[in-house]
Amino acid sequence: MKITLNNRPEEFDADSISVSEMLEIKNFTFRMRIVKINGRLIKKEEYDNAIIRDGDDVQMLYLMSGG
Amino acid sequence: MKFKEIKEHLSRYTVGIAGAGGLGSNCAVALARSGIGKLIIADFDIVEESNLNRQYFFVSQAGMKKTEALQANIAKINPGTHVETHDTMLNEKNIISVFKECHIIIEAFDSSEMKEIIAHTVMESLPDKVLVMGSGLAGFGNNNGIRERKIDDRLYICGDGESETGIDNPPLAPRVGIVANMQANIVVELLMKEKNEDHS
Repeated sequence: MKITLNNRPEEFDADSISVSEMLEIKNFTFRMRIVKINGRLIKKEEYDNAIIRDGDDVQMLYLMSGG
Repeated sequence: MKFKEIKEHLSRYTVGIAGAGGLGSNCAVALARSGIGKLIIADFDIVEESNLNRQYFFVSQAGMKKTEALQANIAKINPGTHVETHDTMLNEKNIISVFKECHIIIEAFDSSEMKEIIAHTVMESLPDKVLVMGSGLAGFGNNNGIRERKIDDRLYICGDGESETGIDNPPLAPRVGIVANMQANIVVELLMKEKNEDHS
């Protein structure tokens, strides 16, 4: 499937993946983050069940300490 | 457009400042200078001398509550900006009540946990607000790595998105100031857009 991840085209060898799987595949390990699928905010407890499908627009942002 | 017109327009708006440290104090001062009508500033901390490498306070203010010190400094810069202070530690619940009358909220926390909490709280419970966040500002140099990212109409993030503060990578005035002023710049841009839309 082809999705848009942080405004860039991205391809995965699956018809759909969960947010947890995407974080693992992409090696997004930092704990504090915002994940949005097609503009919808995904809560931490939804990561295993929130599914990313072909054509989805996904935003993944790290929140770094410091302010 | 003349500054008088810009200031007059901005005086109708209220902006929330969540945290009065490096990002919050500098962003609040930039917004006050621009003529924002009201700032709602929340922080639980007191001014320490170690803050003065980047935060908009003075040596004589060490020991004061940050909210009160910042209110006093803004009064000296632009007494036309009304400042409401909340000397409190923010959480999922009081973020909603403290900032409910704001048009835009500036996320200016130090901890990444709090950044995540305010992002989720504003997006879920304050659906009419815009949140302008800071992420990635530690160290020095790499001007061109600092940028604004618009995630959608309600969420903006400023910073390099990667440099995290630590003992060997402290936050310093130049980069903290860049990000804080970038956040203020987004606020001014969004609010001025409303003026232009009124007239069209």
